[in-house]
Amino acid sequence: MAKSEHTAYAYLRTTKKFPNIWCAGCGIGIVMGALIRAIDRIGLDKDDVAVVSGIGCSGRMPVYLDFNTMHTTHGRALAFATGLKLAQPKLHVIVVMGDGDALAIGGNHFIHAARRNIDLTAIVINNAIYGMTGGQYSPTTPLEMRAATAPYGHVEPPFPICELSIAAGATFVARSTVYHAVELDKLIEKAIRKVGFSVVEAVSYCHTTYGRMNKMGSAVDMMRILKDHSISLAAAEKLMPEERAMKIVRGVLHDVEKPDYLTLYNRVIERAKATISGKEFLRAGPGGLE
Amino acid sequence: MTVRLMQGNEAVGWGAIAAGCRFYAGYPITPSTEIAEMLSRELPKLGGIFIQMEDEIASLAACIGASVGGLKAMTATSGPGFSLMQEHIGYAAMAEVPCVIVNVQRLGPSTGQPTSPSQGDVMQARWGTHGDHPIIVLYPTSVPEAFDLTVTAFNMAEKYRTPVILLMDEVVGHMRERFESPAMEEIQVVDRMGTDVPPEWYKPFGDTISDVPPMPSFGSGYRYHITGLYHDPMGYPTQRLDEITPWIERVHRKINGHLEDILLYKEENLEEANTVIVAYGATARSARHAMKLARQHRHHVGMVTLYTIWPFPEEVIQRVGRIARRIVVPEMNLGQLALEVERLVGRHKVIRVNRADGEMISPQMILDALEGA
Repeated sequence: MAKSEHTAYAYLRTTKKFPNIWCAGCGIGIVMGALIRAIDRIGLDKDDVAVVSGIGCSGRMPVYLDFNTMHTTHGRALAFATGLKLAQPKLHVIVVMGDGDALAIGGNHFIHAARRNIDLTAIVINNAIYGMTGGQYSPTTPLEMRAATAPYGHVEPPFPICELSIAAGATFVARSTVYHAVELDKLIEKAIRKVGFSVVEAVSYCHTTYGRMNKMGSAVDMMRILKDHSISLAAAEKLMPEERAMKIVRGVLHDVEKPDYLTLYNRVIERAKATISGKEFLRAGPGGLE
Repeated sequence: MTVRLMQGNEAVGWGAIAAGCRFYAGYPITPSTEIAEMLSRELPKLGGIFIQMEDEIASLAACIGASVGGLKAMTATSGPGFSLMQEHIGYAAMAEVPCVIVNVQRLGPSTGQPTSPSQGDVMQARWGTHGDHPIIVLYPTSVPEAFDLTVTAFNMAEKYRTPVILLMDEVVGHMRERFESPAMEEIQVVDRMGTDVPPEWYKPFGDTISDVPPMPSFGSGYRYHITGLYHDPMGYPTQRLDEITPWIERVHRKINGHLEDILLYKEENLEEANTVIVAYGATARSARHAMKLARQHRHHVGMVTLYTIWPFPEEVIQRVGRIARRIVVPEMNLGQLALEVERLVGRHKVIRVNRADGEMISPQMILDALEGA
């Protein structure tokens, strides 16, 4: 048995009935494996990790993981995670989302979580389609591609997830693909270690819907596309902008230092407490000391 | 004891603090915003958290997240924001996460009249989300009651692992009234049940004698799964009928099996009453005045004030139906809770008094109805 399998077993729920719900060949399991390896390498206690998800194929990941796990509503995982992190700052809160989940119905929550710079790790599994509902176009479906709701070709330009995250205020932004599983776990590890809002875009595929509708072949064929069309950041920097635009650029795209939300809010608490001590406040009763 | 003038919205904020609320997430909206403003000022003094979210959907999501993290959490909003919160009221009911949602109602539908009173969300509070689930909805008529019922809302949320909605009228939210500040130690505060079973034995959605499973917070060593899907006692998604049915039955039982604790109401002058007014919120104050005037003219008028409107106090209303010849139901809507009264006592007995134009129902309007009865 390979070592990576041994690592994973310690983090999987033995009481949960396997197999998982994902199609054979899906990339989501690879992201789950990368997440487990990253957490294992950092050495986090399972009690100190929370994994929060939204709705869709990616939303089913937490149930398999032996952490504090929460499968929330479509697009709103970051808002739930915000409350959880503020209530339990010691938790490492990891939010797993799909592209439609994070950027369409959850687009507003996504940019505001980034702007607030709350200490969460957001993993966006981007397969450019709504897989669970049968292959409708998502905010990252490329122009001209076919989808269940774009039978004549897609007419909307896609959101660039990483660029959007950087513009919205995330402190750490990285991208890799499910073909580059080892690179992916290293990037997730960095993202978890980072204090502040960090985003990892894990480029994946959906051979069941998108691949079939666009005649892209099997999961292996689509995996090969990720291999052939992606490039490391160092290599990309040597390319002309138009060549680079055709590639999936992998690596740490953004890494800056700034105080996270809780650090700043703790200053608010200090200032507020300086106006009056909590004990005095409680003794005086409602409105007594206002 | 201090006596002061207090605003209804402010009283909700103080009630929350007294009940142990240490997390508030909200989005500005008239006529509820004063609650957010006062808690942004007061919560950090106690080490609590206030956060203004990007919308009402996110606000309730953050409250649920914080509650799972172990803090008592509240949000407050008004009509349009309450519509947006329905998604997560359903989630909180399904995931059995305690939280308090305050809706200081305004005239709807849509943007309506933001500064005018209305009781138009009475049915939305009960049936606003998709699917079948019980809900507790409390309704104050005055500023002191706004304080007391906010404390009660938290206590019931924690005790029954459920979202609790506090519905309030704009006129109660914005009114300033005499408030006698109780001593903190006199306020009864209920905390959610924890557990000390070994983590591997813990069932987050298991059966218990009270029908309410204990709820340790995330990070306390009990690792479990929460989902909006139908789930088994471990919280894992299920499609099995033998797991779905017991869940639905238990969640209804945990509310409907404790009605003696949950149903709050006040009966006045029911002996010998041939006409009874059933009222709630600010309208109950007009109704009480109308009752007094009618009794001065030797009309046998009684009154029931409902503080818990959901679950609906069926037995109370049935009993009133046996006593009284006529039941007058005044509401600042075109007849919502009157439907429940009619269901229980028969339409022929019920006289509705309604207005939904943003003005209060005056005592005279009710008096006219009483004299017509």
